[in-house]
Amino acid sequence: MSEAAAPAPAGTGAVRFVSGLGLATLLLLAGIMLAFSVGRFPVSLADLGLALWSRLVGQPSGLAPAAEAVIFNIRGPRVIAAILCGAALAVAGAAFQGLFRNPLVSPDILGASSGAALGAVIGIYFSLGIFGIQGLAFAGGLLAVALVYLIGSAVRSGDAVLVLVLTGVVIGSLLGAGVGLMKYLADPYNQLPAMTFWLLGSLSGTDRSDLLPLFGPVLAGTLVLFALRWRMNVMSLPEEEARSLGLATGRLRIAIVAAATLVTAASVAAAGVIGWVGLIVPHLARFIVGPDFGRLIPTAAIMGGGYLLLIDTLARSAAQVEIPLGILTAVIGTPFFIWLLVNARKSWT
Amino acid sequence: MKLTRRSFAFGASAAIAMPHVARAQTLTDSAGRSVTVPARVSRVFPAGPPAAITHYTLQPRTLLGWPRANRGPELVYLDPEVGTRPELGRLTGRGNTTNLEVLLQLKPDFILDIGSTARTFAETADRVQAQTGIPYALLDGRFGAIPESYRLHGQLTGEQARAEELARYCEDVVRTCRSRVATVPQERRPRVYYARGPRGLDTGLGGSINIETIEFMGAVNVAGQTRGGLATVSVEQVLTWDPEVIITIDQDFAANVRSDPSWASVKAVRERRVHLSPKMPFGWVDFPPSVNRVPGLWWLGKLLYPNLFPEDLNTITREFHTRFYHRTPTDAQIAFVLEGRG
Repeated sequence: MSEAAAPAPAGTGAVRFVSGLGLATLLLLAGIMLAFSVGRFPVSLADLGLALWSRLVGQPSGLAPAAEAVIFNIRGPRVIAAILCGAALAVAGAAFQGLFRNPLVSPDILGASSGAALGAVIGIYFSLGIFGIQGLAFAGGLLAVALVYLIGSAVRSGDAVLVLVLTGVVIGSLLGAGVGLMKYLADPYNQLPAMTFWLLGSLSGTDRSDLLPLFGPVLAGTLVLFALRWRMNVMSLPEEEARSLGLATGRLRIAIVAAATLVTAASVAAAGVIGWVGLIVPHLARFIVGPDFGRLIPTAAIMGGGYLLLIDTLARSAAQVEIPLGILTAVIGTPFFIWLLVNARKSWT
Repeated sequence: MKLTRRSFAFGASAAIAMPHVARAQTLTDSAGRSVTVPARVSRVFPAGPPAAITHYTLQPRTLLGWPRANRGPELVYLDPEVGTRPELGRLTGRGNTTNLEVLLQLKPDFILDIGSTARTFAETADRVQAQTGIPYALLDGRFGAIPESYRLHGQLTGEQARAEELARYCEDVVRTCRSRVATVPQERRPRVYYARGPRGLDTGLGGSINIETIEFMGAVNVAGQTRGGLATVSVEQVLTWDPEVIITIDQDFAANVRSDPSWASVKAVRERRVHLSPKMPFGWVDFPPSVNRVPGLWWLGKLLYPNLFPEDLNTITREFHTRFYHRTPTDAQIAFVLEGRG
């Protein structure tokens, strides 16, 4: 916390930030090239260049229609969606970790993921289309956090932040029970597999129409968080110190929670429940550029986007069958989390 | 003779209990378990959808209810009195939703389960039978075992003649389809992608129960190289496979795929060979895995090999419904079924 209160001298910090952000951006660009050049359908980087160029100059590219479809309708939207979801989860994770002053917090701490999961399984239970399922997931995530916040603020005893986290845990497990109930009631031949697949997380069906509902909330939420970066730095201080510096912590907390929840819910609605990204990436970003939110948010966004893009590239190209994202992120995330637990105190302070 | 309460009770209980004891029969079910059932059966509890459907086709009057209550569109195709019997939940498979105490109150003569005879299910059957004292018969639910299971089912219920008739019907369909498909050389068999889920990206891998009848009809399942159950694939993978025929059970997917630019270059979409499977009152292709999939063989045959299957599906549907579902649908109802609506 001392770092947030008294940042390192501006010179070295800025160098660290610029080099860290530059490195992350380079990795992201490399990831995009890699993601475009591998997949189940053979499309090379040259084909990609050709297709983009022909779109720019408005001439036919001479590529097979299937290859064009892969670039513009399938792989392209999927690459963009993976970056957006990864960025969203990392930014939300960074915001919640700062807000709760705890390195082991992830974006679903206030029930956004369980709310979205319940919304989605209800949508599947009632055999809604894709739009309905994703809409319900998005609304479910927002409603769950709103509920947690209302209950948490109604309880006027003890540490407000602690009460909020506890309420989130309680409501989250209640919503988890709701998901279990819907799975129990679901038709075991049709709906139950659909629910299971959704809950494991996947971007396999992403197409262009999914991008706007994802991009809008993620951009809006990230911009709000970025605009609040100085106040969020102060928020990382103990509550009394923050108040003594003249910060209206209650209203600010609402704004941070709302913005972080907006991006989380959009991501979960598009890709299902993907754990670990929002927990791990903010840490990596903090190691590289330090705890200042003005630097942390863009770095976490770019790193999160690159990380989930790599994971999703692996998920879609390793086998004929998709590997669920939730499983891959957990397999990669667990060793990291254990390492984090061992080193948590050192890394945070 | 003076009728005392005691002698009445004795006489009545003898009248009720004795025939059962005297005329019980012991049979061996498909899992090799020995099951003792009364010779005259009047109440049968279905453990899951395949058992309920099969029992409805064989002996509807003794069916206690359904794992899930039938909805309006399904009821149109069922006997009105039996179709509306109550929802009982599932007893085995993925999750029990039946309360064993409720099961006891229903006083079934026996519990009928049709499905996997693997050890997990055989032991579940033993356990339920020991707990409740109700005989539990487990029959083989594999597609190829339908005729044999019907015959055993007939013995359990004292309905041998009708069971034999239904078993023969299924055997005839299977034999006809198999011999016609056998004339098609391997390279002329269509490459089929089976699509589930609103995005059409869930599919049945090789050997999965979901595509059992599609593989039986000789189609080449493009996802068949990987063995397993259900899995999700990407559109890219489908483009790489470039299937000639797409068979789906999802109405949303079937309605949208023709205008979806991502799918536009798939051969099956270009050649308008995307087919939505009938599902009324029970699915023709995927689930429930039971006798309801038998007319699906004709349907698959017609769309996979149009020249080999000249029969009129309307006639086949009418006949199957009349014979198995105890109700002759109108022409409009048959059209509704064949369009895959419901």
